[in-house]
Amino acid sequence: MVEEHLAAVEAREGDVHAFNLVLAERARAEADTLDGRVAAGEDVGPLAGVPVAVKDNICTRGVATTCSSHVLAGWEPPYDATVVARLRRAGAVVVGKTNLDEFAMGSSTENSAFGPTRNPHDLARVPGGSSGGSAAAVAAGFASVALGSDTGGSIRQPASLCGVVGVKPTYGLVSRYGLVAYASSLDQIGPMAATVADAALVLDVIAGHDPADSTSVARPFAGVGHAARSDGAAVEGLRVGIVDELTAEANPDVVARVEAAARALEAAGASVGRASVPAVAYSLPAYYLIAPAEASSNLARYDGVRYGLRAGGPDVDEMFCATRAAGFGPEVKRRIMLGTYVLSAGYYDAYYAQAQRVRTLVLRAFEAAYEDFDVLLSPTSPTTAFPLGAKVSDPLAMYMMDVATIASNLAGHPAMSVPYGTGDDGLPVGVQVLAPALGETVMFRVAAALEASLA
Amino acid sequence: MSGHISRDDVLHVARLARLPLTDDEADLFTGQLEAVLEHVAGVAALDTAGVEPTAHPLPLENVLRADEVVAGVDRDEVLAQAPSAESGRFRVPPVLGVEP
Repeated sequence: MVEEHLAAVEAREGDVHAFNLVLAERARAEADTLDGRVAAGEDVGPLAGVPVAVKDNICTRGVATTCSSHVLAGWEPPYDATVVARLRRAGAVVVGKTNLDEFAMGSSTENSAFGPTRNPHDLARVPGGSSGGSAAAVAAGFASVALGSDTGGSIRQPASLCGVVGVKPTYGLVSRYGLVAYASSLDQIGPMAATVADAALVLDVIAGHDPADSTSVARPFAGVGHAARSDGAAVEGLRVGIVDELTAEANPDVVARVEAAARALEAAGASVGRASVPAVAYSLPAYYLIAPAEASSNLARYDGVRYGLRAGGPDVDEMFCATRAAGFGPEVKRRIMLGTYVLSAGYYDAYYAQAQRVRTLVLRAFEAAYEDFDVLLSPTSPTTAFPLGAKVSDPLAMYMMDVATIASNLAGHPAMSVPYGTGDDGLPVGVQVLAPALGETVMFRVAAALEASLA
Repeated sequence: MSGHISRDDVLHVARLARLPLTDDEADLFTGQLEAVLEHVAGVAALDTAGVEPTAHPLPLENVLRADEVVAGVDRDEVLAQAPSAESGRFRVPPVLGVEP
């Protein structure tokens, strides 16, 4: 299995640039070791020999983790992230570290210090972001499954644009230990895969309490494997709501795919209605106050002292400044500036604290909607994959690409993107399934039914 | 809440963030931050009287563990990743500056 995927990498990685680092020799050696253990009759785990691509903001011991930033180029973490340790223990083979928007800030993977990733379906287009490398790696067959991270939609939006499954679990279900922090109260690691069942398999391996992450949910996780294997009948009697406010911003051909998905669920016995969650309209602006604020704090640690780049200076303050000016790219600088501004004296309450109150309104609006519906449906991304360069100079236009995904990060609720056909341009469209906190089981049942309806 | 942000504000914030900007960056960010702040002005103007802020999606509790010595990451491995280290410590330029 590893050989087959490495051959695909050999053939197309030069065009796609999904990886910052390909671990071909290491992967082959690990696969050989696993083969030996299998031959010896050992149980090597549920992911034995499965090639997995890991987003390059997730720590891998002794393997460079760069966050696609000059400031961390060449840094080799002295430990594995909990998710990586769990994947390895389950027999998975890490085949490479995937490209991303620098520090996971972006919606197109064009903000990488090491050059953009291209969409395997059309090399002139973006793969989405920030987990664009992970999405492209799965879509191009470079890896069976991949890990991404999702702060405002960074797993689901590229999954949608590349035509793969992408899951953002409930906040705290998957340990963030070893994920390089962007916005700590929003970040969540999740799986990306070609099928719903593969995504479930990975989630079942990586989820569950981790004492190393104090925000990890301390209760047993029953797993979603069964839900992902169930057929359409499993949605019988479910109440499905299409979210008006998240659909309003999308292109008509994208909306048409969401409507088609709803009809398929209806045909399988679910009831479908229109859900109104008015406060989600404020999610995008609230996010662009909260996320940069947390980012400006988290990124203060890149000062040239302990790891990564150091630029010269006669004293320590000059060294900090020179290192940060040289190490960060434009989008990261923009968000540090925005975050520092909204946290600064005189603006803190009007912007940051206000955004946290709006977050409460978003949570309440979801809770009200979940009284009437078991799951919610929306487009994942307002458009299909757009051309490289089309939005790089307009941050607001780029930020709009996450308009439908951000609300569930603010609420901490799970959401996933399921490929559901193509738009007018023949490019993949993803449908987003949203569920209440720890509602992964029902979310996977719906996702499996959607997938089955296309078969 | 006015969304207005001046070039001087941008330079002040850059100083706070230890992020020196080129002249071009200062100009670019002045315009872009202003545009973003205009976009979020609706949020700043919302009436949220009586609404408690949500800082975290999980109700956070203090987490304690048994007071037992456990192995941490290896110090030499950590120091090996530093730009400069000496005698088991990170090495930095003078904190108080150099004598003129």
